Amino acid sequence: MTEVTAPPPVTTQPPKKRSLVARRSAQDTVFQSVAYTAGATTVGIMLAVGLFLSLRAGDALKVAGISFLFEQEWSPQTQTFGIAAVLFGTVTIAIIAMCVGVPLALGTALLLSEIVRGRLRSFLVSLVDLMAAVPSIVFGLWGVFFLQSAVIPVSKWISTYFGWIPIFAVTDASGNALTEASAFTSSAFIAGIVVGLMVVPTQTSVMREAFSQAPVGEREGAFALGATRWGMIRTVVLPFGRGGIIGGTMLGLGRALGETIAVYLIISPIFTINWEVLRTGTNSVSALIALRYGEASEFALSALMAAGLVLFLITLVINFTASSIVARSRSGAESG
Amino acid sequence: MTSVTEDSAPPQIVDTRSGTTVVDRPVTGPDLRERRGVRQSTLDEKFNVLGAAAAAIAIATLLFGWITPLNGAIGWVIVAFISFIGAYVLLVSLRSDRQDVADRVATVLLISAGVVLFGALAFIAVYTVVRGSEALPHPNFFTETMELAGPLDPLTMGGILHAIVGSLIQISIALVITIPLGITTAVFLNEVGGPFARFVRTIADAMTALPSIVAGLFVYAAIIQLITHQRSGFAAAMAITVMMLPIVIRASDVVLRLVPGNLREASYALGTTRWRTVWHVVLPTARSGLVTAVILGTARGIGETSPVLLTSGVTAVLNLNPFSGPMISLPLQVFDFVKSPEPNMIARGFGTAATLLILVLVLFLIARAIGGRGPGQLSPRQQRAVSAESLRDARRMMMRESARRARTEEEAP
Repeated sequence: MTEVTAPPPVTTQPPKKRSLVARRSAQDTVFQSVAYTAGATTVGIMLAVGLFLSLRAGDALKVAGISFLFEQEWSPQTQTFGIAAVLFGTVTIAIIAMCVGVPLALGTALLLSEIVRGRLRSFLVSLVDLMAAVPSIVFGLWGVFFLQSAVIPVSKWISTYFGWIPIFAVTDASGNALTEASAFTSSAFIAGIVVGLMVVPTQTSVMREAFSQAPVGEREGAFALGATRWGMIRTVVLPFGRGGIIGGTMLGLGRALGETIAVYLIISPIFTINWEVLRTGTNSVSALIALRYGEASEFALSALMAAGLVLFLITLVINFTASSIVARSRSGAESG
Repeated sequence: MTSVTEDSAPPQIVDTRSGTTVVDRPVTGPDLRERRGVRQSTLDEKFNVLGAAAAAIAIATLLFGWITPLNGAIGWVIVAFISFIGAYVLLVSLRSDRQDVADRVATVLLISAGVVLFGALAFIAVYTVVRGSEALPHPNFFTETMELAGPLDPLTMGGILHAIVGSLIQISIALVITIPLGITTAVFLNEVGGPFARFVRTIADAMTALPSIVAGLFVYAAIIQLITHQRSGFAAAMAITVMMLPIVIRASDVVLRLVPGNLREASYALGTTRWRTVWHVVLPTARSGLVTAVILGTARGIGETSPVLLTSGVTAVLNLNPFSGPMISLPLQVFDFVKSPEPNMIARGFGTAATLLILVLVLFLIARAIGGRGPGQLSPRQQRAVSAESLRDARRMMMRESARRARTEEEAP
């Protein structure tokens, strides 16, 4: 196999310098232009969505001006409309969802990365992935037909004993405490619980991925210094996975803000700011769109677009913040 | 984790010169004492948990009817859980120090977070299937449409065939657009690169933030109001495409990034072009992951309700033409059924939701079966096939080598 060839005869001419850049073959030219086109098409679709929304929303925003952000009413027919109430509802539901979801996600992610092992772990990890794909309408059905009646006693109890905290009070217009069940049925609290459960799988998988990358050397170091398992988690895993925790939380927050169907099924829409989260009546931007798009005139549709655009901008900011935090953290860009 | 107390400390020899302590090991052979399981809990710990649980159940039951006004199953569980934690802290602190108590309590809290989450989600799935089991056993549920069945008709009439067909048509159109566009974009991001690719990646990331209802609103205003002037399956498929595309791009991007660089370099070193490298090396290596990405995107797309709500329209009739007339899909059919107060319609709604859930589960299982492993990792069967092939190659080379040697020996004398 190895054959020694005679060295080539020494030529007097110096060898010509060869260019390092190869000429592209025809195949490659085609391939690159196709790939370029695909990328450009994706960007095109996205820009079309963004531009179309902004252009159409412009009509309504021109009429409403800055009051669009502060007006609670939604009646485009009389030119008084604003997203203060719906945005407040959206944020309330999302905050409640985070209060429910983040502890569950954090606990489950730590459980999966630190405590459970072997077959059970890989089974549970794929179960979490599966849960992320469960359609939101299924959560919505459960929320309406089971959770609403099951949570009412809890809501009632909280409002009775913690009613002195303003947000937990449930009162009518004149300030008297309400106790009948209908005052609690379609509250932001219930919608928040359902949305929270819905976003937990997404958050869990981002956090778990960050935790599982915590370096073995540092873990063993902590154990060698005599730490308990919780001590090791507190001093090694949690600081290492901080980026994953924040990133996962914000990713879930983005989904919670945009959730439509489950919220739409549960809430009873109102157009005033309702600070009492346990009381029936709240709203969200996406539920508003689902509720009003059908009968909307040209102008009303433009107003809905403006509301959708605001929602989109908010989720966009949250997503980008999340991904930059995750990318800058020690656990790295891979867990995004 | 578990404190170890040595009852009989082995004799120690202190090396006086270096000051190190050397434990005298028995030279007679291996130590045959019973092996201690590192991850097993001791009897003490088991009784702590059992005792705390018993105390918690007793306290919750006692407090429940009489003292606290809290009622309902959820209230009982909350009271029982809080008293369990209290009792457990008390029991553990009898024997251990603060560090140990914190460790035990944290472990219990983590496990209970997992139990709550998996329990709740399993309960949601089971609840849907159980409530749907009224409608599911009737075969007409899958073979008829709701055209002739009214809200008051029994469950033996009418079905969701039109919704199943509608879902399949819409997701197929969406896939026809998403698969080539999504995977080619992912290839562009990874294999071509450059500043424009970075821009595309940023845009694709931004697109994942698009709320589904806004995607639906966009299609409603841009396609239905401006062009087609009617709701159709095609418009719904467009809305689903806008939602699925970023998911597929991101998932494929991650998979392609995992293809080892040395495979690409080996291919370039053999003198191939970029296109050949992508087609013959990168894509086959990442095949299972790409299939998984597409199937997971499909599972997400098929369950999207809100964009479909705005774009596809509600109908009770089987419609095979995606370009004209409303075409309902499974999630929207669920939504439509449960708006009715009739118990039969609600049962149909749960039956449809259970169908959807099972469909997603099946898609997910297929994805797991195909792409459970990373690029280049082979199943035992594939591994056997690959090693058989390389054995064949080796044999072929050896034959050729020996033939060549025989020829040279013939020529030599």
